[in-house]
Amino acid sequence: MAPISLKVNGQVHRLDVDPETPLLYVLSDELQLRGPKFGCGIAQCGACTVIISGRAVRSCVMPVSTVQEQEVTTLEGLGTSDKPHAIQQAFIDEGAAQCGFCLSGVILTAKSLLDENPKATEEQMHEAMSNVLCRCFTHMRMMRAIKRYQEKRA
Amino acid sequence: MKREISRRDFIKTSGALVVSFSASSLVEPFAIAQGPFDTHKSHVDPEKLDSWLAVASDGTVTAYTGKCDFGQGMYTVQTQLVAEELCVSFSSVKLIQCDTSVTPDQGTTSGSQSTPTNFNSRNLAQAAATARETLIGMAAQKLGVPADQLTIENGVVSAKRGGRVSYGELVGERHFEIKVNSSAKRRSPSDWKVLGKSIPSTDRVALMTGTFEFVHNIQVPGMVHGRVVRPPEIGATVASVDEKSVQHIPGLIKVVVRKNFVGVVAEKQWQAAQAAKDLKVDWKRGPGLPSQKDFYDYVRKQPSRDSMLVNSKDVDGKLKSATQVLKATYSHPYQAHGSIGSSCAVADVQADHATVWSPTQSVYPTQHGVSALTGLPLDSVRVIFVRGSGCYGLNAADTVSFDAALLSQAVHKPVRVQLTRHDEFISENYGSACVIEQQAGINASGTIDVWDCETWAASLGGRPGYDKPGNVLTGMLAGFDPETITPRAAVEPTGELRNGNNAVPSYVMGCISGKCGGTGSVQSERVLTHAVKSPFFTGPLRSPLRLQNTFAHECFMDEISARVKADPVAYRLQHLKETRMIDVVKAAARTANWEARPSPKDGLARTAIATGRGIACVAYEGDNGYAALVAEIEVDQASGGVQAKRFVIAHDCGPISNPDGLRNQIEGGILQGMSRALGEEITWDDRKVTSIDWRSYHSLSLGIQLPTIDIVLIDRPTTEATGAGETAITVVAAAIGNAIFDATGACVREVPFTPDRVKAALAARG
Repeated sequence: MAPISLKVNGQVHRLDVDPETPLLYVLSDELQLRGPKFGCGIAQCGACTVIISGRAVRSCVMPVSTVQEQEVTTLEGLGTSDKPHAIQQAFIDEGAAQCGFCLSGVILTAKSLLDENPKATEEQMHEAMSNVLCRCFTHMRMMRAIKRYQEKRA
Repeated sequence: MKREISRRDFIKTSGALVVSFSASSLVEPFAIAQGPFDTHKSHVDPEKLDSWLAVASDGTVTAYTGKCDFGQGMYTVQTQLVAEELCVSFSSVKLIQCDTSVTPDQGTTSGSQSTPTNFNSRNLAQAAATARETLIGMAAQKLGVPADQLTIENGVVSAKRGGRVSYGELVGERHFEIKVNSSAKRRSPSDWKVLGKSIPSTDRVALMTGTFEFVHNIQVPGMVHGRVVRPPEIGATVASVDEKSVQHIPGLIKVVVRKNFVGVVAEKQWQAAQAAKDLKVDWKRGPGLPSQKDFYDYVRKQPSRDSMLVNSKDVDGKLKSATQVLKATYSHPYQAHGSIGSSCAVADVQADHATVWSPTQSVYPTQHGVSALTGLPLDSVRVIFVRGSGCYGLNAADTVSFDAALLSQAVHKPVRVQLTRHDEFISENYGSACVIEQQAGINASGTIDVWDCETWAASLGGRPGYDKPGNVLTGMLAGFDPETITPRAAVEPTGELRNGNNAVPSYVMGCISGKCGGTGSVQSERVLTHAVKSPFFTGPLRSPLRLQNTFAHECFMDEISARVKADPVAYRLQHLKETRMIDVVKAAARTANWEARPSPKDGLARTAIATGRGIACVAYEGDNGYAALVAEIEVDQASGGVQAKRFVIAHDCGPISNPDGLRNQIEGGILQGMSRALGEEITWDDRKVTSIDWRSYHSLSLGIQLPTIDIVLIDRPTTEATGAGETAITVVAAAIGNAIFDATGACVREVPFTPDRVKAALAARG
């Protein structure tokens, strides 16, 4: 155990945890956040995705000690149910979910790509999303939602 | 955010006092057709209206259902149903789903049976209709006006000549104390105001903003964390467990061993994960596995439990006299449910009672399983459904619920168990591997005269149901036997045609003792099925056996069409007699601008990119939904890669409850079907499963080139409602296979159509 300071969705948390603990476990078990989820636990599906310093990263394999002093944003940190972020609104408008368990991976990976490269081509989009899974296969709506957000953002 | 739910709290907060908890919990058939999806009598009596719904004094309605939502929109659409039948607004209905302490026992939410069960004239729909009629009757009395002069809007009954009374005033907080009236009149679809509309899923905003509560998010006071240690090889058993190997791990509470079940419990999840990784277990090796390379031959040689589904008894003679006879063998691998979220459950097992928060499709059967595993009386076990990751059938939701119960009982604390993807990939209840042999005789005029089909499906275990906890891994490890195959010869079919697995092709008459329940016109017919013992656990995976059988039937139909140089659409229509099948085939072909010509197309190029189209259709489970799908694809003949460009589907599920929700299901079903057709396959070596993660089990990612999908919805408001969650996926492998054949002339008779298999089929064209 060691004291850890973590800034998540704009709030600073001081915790006493094993520094090797994956960030995901701290976010869900200690901070009770519901956005990032345990999908595969081996960084292959995307369900645990959070944004750290603008980059979409997989929190299930990232030791919490390595993200101290950095800003962590989870899916619930983007917007609220009353005021969703524009990309969340695009997903709401497209009805782009079934079970919805994969959404952190889908929304945050797309957001981080488009924040960095607002004019990302279709190819770049495919590349960015090629390690993100949705097992309900809501692909049609999700990709439409991402395009909708891209157009709105432009 | 911590929570604790007791029965008393639940009843207090649910705003309705409707259910009495009797000491006895009976499992009795309620409906005539007894099955895993039907409604059973429990302490919640489904014959009583109060078991299904209650009206509060403010007019809000609480409804109780035993069919829960796994992301397919059942929560929203059942809410629409109740609002519609009661003539109240959508927002005034609160639905309570799948909780053994308050909801009726509706068996398992699966098999595309939730809509047929709850939307036709029985169960939830009939309860709501009964309530509306009862309320109208009460209003008539109160207002002194005949019922036929009353109208209802938003839960307020008004007389045409003045006077009004609300539901809340009529019955608020009181029991109806009547039985569900089987003759209560349902509202006509032509009058629908809430049903039939694309109301957005109630979970949508919470999902997108990351606030929806999944079972993974459940936290109860005093909760600790468990992980399991699964046998590394199929059939391995525990020789010894070295508890000292994990004593260095801080926070470790206990190493739990029960027969061959091994798990660890620790204060923190990370500690439990490390303990599970480090725990030294000496496993006694299992019997080994049959070779995957020859598995389909192996399957055919096993002792089997046989069923003859149809037999016109003239098949051998007709095959001998046929002008041409075609034969082909198709095979389909084991596939995984592979939920995006590895399964999770929380259990709190105390000395005299237990509560399990479970993502199971079967709360009452799980209650029975937990009771058997813990030795607690049935009545003292409560199972509460909390949504998990999409499951598509029997993923590890049931097994992880058992894991949590066993671990919690061992430490006398609430335990949350998170399985890993590896845990789940090596031992979930896979969709069955199948071999299907087809044989058809064609007469001089090019019509099919005789169809002979023989299928083999490997099976072990399955849904635990009410009395077989050993049907999933944890139950078996803890000492309960799985259901296995008792070999038995087939007997001649009697009674109604049973085509729940679509083993009977759509093109035969399906006659038993003169009564024909099939959808086609071929008179000489024989369908013999063999169930054989599987080395792996199996269980229903979206469109179980229906998909495998339909792949074989529909691809064989194209091979026959090609032999007689007929257009695959016209040839299908020539052999179909069921109107709803004919209609979906025609609608799909029309929308796809289907060019009438035989397959494969003329002037095939033997190299480079080839394009083609294929069609497949199904009467799901014989009569539970109809679909025809046209696939347009490209085959890269150098790499063997297959790329779908466009799908056109015509879909008929009777009256449509929520068109956008239906489209979402169809789109997902088609792409999931494409992933299963092109890449998904469980693999193994001589001892263990080797498809253990998302690198070795191939699911199509969000980064693929997406096809376009055109959907034609055929609305049939006057028929019974059928299921719609599994119809689309059933026809995808067949339509893609037929399109590959059309493009290249190569028949790929084994799923998945990997580049290697496509290249081998291309090379075999001669």
